[in-house]
Amino acid sequence: MTLRRRTLVLAGGAGLAFGVGPARAALSPALVEAVQGWAGSAAPPRAGRVRLEIAPLVENGNAVPISIKVESPMTAADHVREIAVFTEKNPQLDVVRFHLVPANGRAEVATRIRLATSQHVVALARLSDGSVWQHAVDVLVTLAACIEG
Amino acid sequence: MATAVRALIHVPRQVRRGDVVEIRATIAHVMETGHRPDSEGSRVPRDIVTRFECQLDGTPVFAADVYPAVAANPYFAFALRAERSGTLVLTWEGDRGFRHRETTALEVT
Amino acid sequence: MTRRAGAAGAAALLAGVLAACSLAGSAPALGPATGVGADTRRSGFDDMSAALQALQRDDTQNPGMLWVHEGQALWARRAGNGRSCAGCHGADGDSVASAAARHPVFDAETRRPLTLAGRIDRCRQRHLGLPEEGADGAEVLALSAWLAHRARGLPIEAPDDARLAPWRERGETLWRRRMGQLDLACHLCHDERAGERLGGAVIPQGHPTGYPTYRLEWQSLGSLQRRIRGCIVGVRAEPFAADADESLALEVWMRRRAAGMTIEGVAVRP
Repeated sequence: MTLRRRTLVLAGGAGLAFGVGPARAALSPALVEAVQGWAGSAAPPRAGRVRLEIAPLVENGNAVPISIKVESPMTAADHVREIAVFTEKNPQLDVVRFHLVPANGRAEVATRIRLATSQHVVALARLSDGSVWQHAVDVLVTLAACIEG
Repeated sequence: MATAVRALIHVPRQVRRGDVVEIRATIAHVMETGHRPDSEGSRVPRDIVTRFECQLDGTPVFAADVYPAVAANPYFAFALRAERSGTLVLTWEGDRGFRHRETTALEVT
Repeated sequence: MTRRAGAAGAAALLAGVLAACSLAGSAPALGPATGVGADTRRSGFDDMSAALQALQRDDTQNPGMLWVHEGQALWARRAGNGRSCAGCHGADGDSVASAAARHPVFDAETRRPLTLAGRIDRCRQRHLGLPEEGADGAEVLALSAWLAHRARGLPIEAPDDARLAPWRERGETLWRRRMGQLDLACHLCHDERAGERLGGAVIPQGHPTGYPTYRLEWQSLGSLQRRIRGCIVGVRAEPFAADADESLALEVWMRRRAAGMTIEGVAVRP
């Protein structure tokens, strides 16, 4: 199985908010619930506009570089308010929530996160018009060769 | 451990008015998750940075609510449209009363 | 009869060819470069993902740079007795910029190899009146990081000092000696099987081109001695004490094995 096939990119419209491609594990109910809790009363998060960049194969889950980019003019009338990241199988699903303002100029953030095991990572953006967009990626996490213990 | 908190801030030089620049900030912090067992099997208590903020001349321009899944020595990068020169103040808060503040200049020509 | 002998001969030849192919297909042979194109040594950097390579290369993102900057500040800091590293070695440390490339050296005073971390530790005790820390002590580590950063781009030197020869030989013997409950020798993984995988991770050749290293497994910076200790524990053997002859011998051998390879400054490794 090539690494590319491990990358899950949700496509489709509102009805497929948590839709999955063929032969892919669905996002866990706990993750769906955590995301919905954050998204609030807005319609289910839609796929698109958000791009989560993360290596599909990670050598060590202790520090995984990620970046999130959202298409947005970042004007007072149309900007990203918040970017949130969730994981599926970490002991705690929340990872980080970024708060943005038009003065950022671009809705682009980067950080390094921890991944306890191979799992889905989801990035979401809440826009000034209240809409919520998302991108989920399936990540393989390996371990160091020699476990020191 | 060394007593001073270490932080690394990167603000680009030679910024022109209207440029969108990337600010990068790293702070030394163990980010103990609270899930790890120590050598005797008991849980090491949580000790993490919980909030990072950046203000430009007193106006908030970026903030992050931080959870244990952010890696040790947390790193954040974000964008900023440069309108005029000013003072950037970056602050971190966390468990056990952790607080740190860095001040640096944004020079815009 | 002739046909049978011929068949046996052909089979032996085929077996020989297959054996040669499998050897050629396995880990690259190591040793000092013997000519143009003969150097098959690889840094662990080359075995990492693009994301981690980018992380190491970028001084504004490499977590090890926290220690480099701290080391730079410590260089100038005055100890209780009013002295500082800068006071003797110069404010910008130009006189010691290649120190990381040159150590370990043979120390006439103790008649043993002296690593850079050992020299920093000793210098601080003797001249600044500071307490002993060990290679992974907070301040020694930061200063080691700064000096490694200063030496970035320089080749690892192989001192011709004949007094180091017995230490090198002892180090190589240890490198090839099976140890621990897993009964493995360093060379079995890092020479013969480098490039293959152990548990999903690529086995590196194990050259100390980027120490002290920010190891993701540690979530911190650590010395070569720490890494060697981790490896030995990994094969379920009792690690050598930090200042033991074996530790010094291994470090001398590993540096010689990597002679000529480029120092990366403070590296990032999984």
